[in-house]
Order: sequence, then structure tokens, then C-alpha cells
Amino acid sequence: MSTKYSVTIDGKTVEAGPKQTILDVCKTAGVDIMTLCYLEGVSNVGACRLCLVEVEGTQKLLPACTTTVAPNQKIQTNTDKLKQYRKMTLELFFSERNHICSVCVANNNCQLQNLAREAGVDHIRFPYIFPEAHTDASHKEFMMDHNRCILCTRCVRVCDEVEGAHTWDVMGRGYQSRIISDFDQPWGDSSTCTSCGKCVEVCPVGALWPKDAMLGHLKKSPEMVTELVHKRKHRS
Amino acid sequence: MSKKKVATIWLAGCSGCHMSLLDIDERIFDVAKLADIVKSPVVDTKEFPDCDIALIEGAIASEEHLEDIKHIRAHTKILVSMGDCAVTGNVSALRNMIPLNDVLLRAYVEAPSNVDGKIPEAGKGVSRLLPRVMPLHEAVKIDFFIPGCPPSADLLFYCLFELLNDRIPVVEKFKLG
Repeated sequence: MSTKYSVTIDGKTVEAGPKQTILDVCKTAGVDIMTLCYLEGVSNVGACRLCLVEVEGTQKLLPACTTTVAPNQKIQTNTDKLKQYRKMTLELFFSERNHICSVCVANNNCQLQNLAREAGVDHIRFPYIFPEAHTDASHKEFMMDHNRCILCTRCVRVCDEVEGAHTWDVMGRGYQSRIISDFDQPWGDSSTCTSCGKCVEVCPVGALWPKDAMLGHLKKSPEMVTELVHKRKHRS
Repeated sequence: MSKKKVATIWLAGCSGCHMSLLDIDERIFDVAKLADIVKSPVVDTKEFPDCDIALIEGAIASEEHLEDIKHIRAHTKILVSMGDCAVTGNVSALRNMIPLNDVLLRAYVEAPSNVDGKIPEAGKGVSRLLPRVMPLHEAVKIDFFIPGCPPSADLLFYCLFELLNDRIPVVEKFKLG
């Protein structure tokens, strides 16, 4: 018996299966949704709030990556309200830490920068916090710059779920949250880090980077992790 | 049609945006057909005159900058934040993470090039620094933003040329850096 049912996305009826997320259904249907913390191959956490959608019958905006579809659901992905919130969310990322694009290794290769352009951010309407944030250069190959971290937790998830090391985690609450290695020790002193570099590849901004990367010349391949997960799943 | 009056101003920036502006090279003739540059680091005018378009480089770091930008806003039709320092604070705002007195100490006393250095008294020859450097739009209404550190000469010319022709520039067309 078929368990498929239909849902409506932006007025278009599409087929969906149970346990599928709204994001998955949108992808299959060719509906583009802005994502940042999402990475195919690791679990979804709804951290960045960029994939918020409107679902008829609920006042709350729901993250497409962590919400499963229900029969006959009516979903809107690109209303004026959503566009406004998306832009605002992106601006808040910039105001929360010290994102100085001109001196960043990820300049022009940065997902946050690309999405901000796409959303039409031309200045940040909120006052910058200018928090005191540190850089950790203790690892022999890689850098962690908390000034540029957006707390998407891609590094945490990939380290735990794909590498199996769980070196990274999150400490603190709200805007004072910080990514930490082991028990908030310098990364270089970590006894769990395997130096595999997956966290560096999946970091969407310039927070994690190899020490030999030159200003504005950083290239990352988050899809490498997606491919790795796929290959492992299909080993004979 | 009478020519538009254009001003270019240098606040807390490194002058890189103005260097980039000079890099429009011979296209300055296209600008000159449409506009007179009435105030600029390269034009010796004392008072800021009424003008149609003002391109502002740099953030607001001192009391003098704050006074200047308010005066400029009151005398300008289209006020443009030119470059990252004006738009975001950028490198000029890097000191915001450090208490102001520590910044002054470092620059005037601790730095190895100082001999018997002391922090100069604000108001006597030097303007008092604000506790926090801010982008222009935190102080006054800005009509247009040009990103880049510095914005390329192509982007600057394009934006200025469009504004001079009463059109709104579309920055998205350009690769930013």
C-alpha cells in the first residue's frame, strides 16, 4: 500500500512521504529554500532559522529542515514576511560577532556573505555588539576564530556523527554561547581530535580554516562530507 | 541641465576608497560633464557646501567625525556610505573590542616607537575619540551603500554615474572583494 500523500508548496501540489522533512520535499519539488546550518549527511538541528516556512493552521514559523510534512499541509516558502525575517536573521549574524570580511580568509568564499547578498542585505540595521571573542591557534594545522563563528554547529555534528570523535561541543547560553573543544581546552591540547579536518571543510564561514590558507583564498568542500556519508552507507 | 554638485569626504578610513575613486582614470571626464566636485580631499574648500551627492569614506570614530557627518547630512540630498568602514565599521571599528584607554595607551605610550610618550589631551589639537566606532547609518540616514574594501573603481564609477543620471545603482552586478 502506498503511503504517499500530497502537500501544497507555494500553491503547487506535490507528492510527499511520511518522515520526509519539508526541506526534503521542497528539494525534490525544485523549490529553493535558503539554508545555512543544514548539511546533507549530518543530522538537522534548525540552528540558523533561515529555512523558516509558513504552514497554514499555525502561527509559528517552522524550520523546514526539522519539520516533517503532514498530509494536505499547505506550506509557503517565500512570503514577504519570510523574506523580512530571513534578511533580519542574516543581519543579526553579522551584528552578533565581529565579521570583518576585508580581513577574513573566507572573503568571497563565505556562505554567510553569499546569502546576505542574495537576501539583499546592504547594511546591518542592528547595532553591532563587538563582543570580545578569541582565536585559538593552538592546533598545529588549523585555526578557530570565534569572531567569525555563527554557531551553526556543523563542526559539532560532523565531528560527532561522521568522525566519531566528538571533540567539539557548545558551551554557554544565548549570544554568549561558544563552540568548545573537549572541556573548553585549547584545540591543540585536545586528546580526542584526530585532526581529520572535516569540521574545517564544513564550516560555512571563516571560523575554522587551515593555517596555510591565504587571505580571501580559502576554498572549502562541505560536499566532501556528504559524499563520504553516502559512500559509507552504500559499502557492500 | 545644470551640473550636479558632488562631494567626497574622508572620515575614519585609510583613504583606500579615495584611491579607488582616483582609479576611475579617464572616466573622470564623464563625471565632469555631469558634475562639479565641490568638496573633497583633493579640492581645497573649507566649509562643506550644499551638494547633491556626497560619497563618504570611513566610519565615525571621533566627536569631530560625528559633528561633520551631521552637518554633511543637513546639506546633502543623496548621502552615500562608500566602502566597508562607512558601511560596517570594518577595520576602523576593530578597536571596539578593546577599552578606549587601552587603545590610546598602546598607540601613544606602549608602542616601541614612542619615547616618553603620553596620551594627547582631547580638544587641544586632536579631537576626542568616541568610546565606540560606528558605521555612518548609526548616526545619520544613509541613502545608498557601496560595499568593498575598497570598492573597485568600476563599482564606484558605476554607482556615481547612475546616481548622477538619477538612477538607482544595482550593486549585485559586481563581484565584491
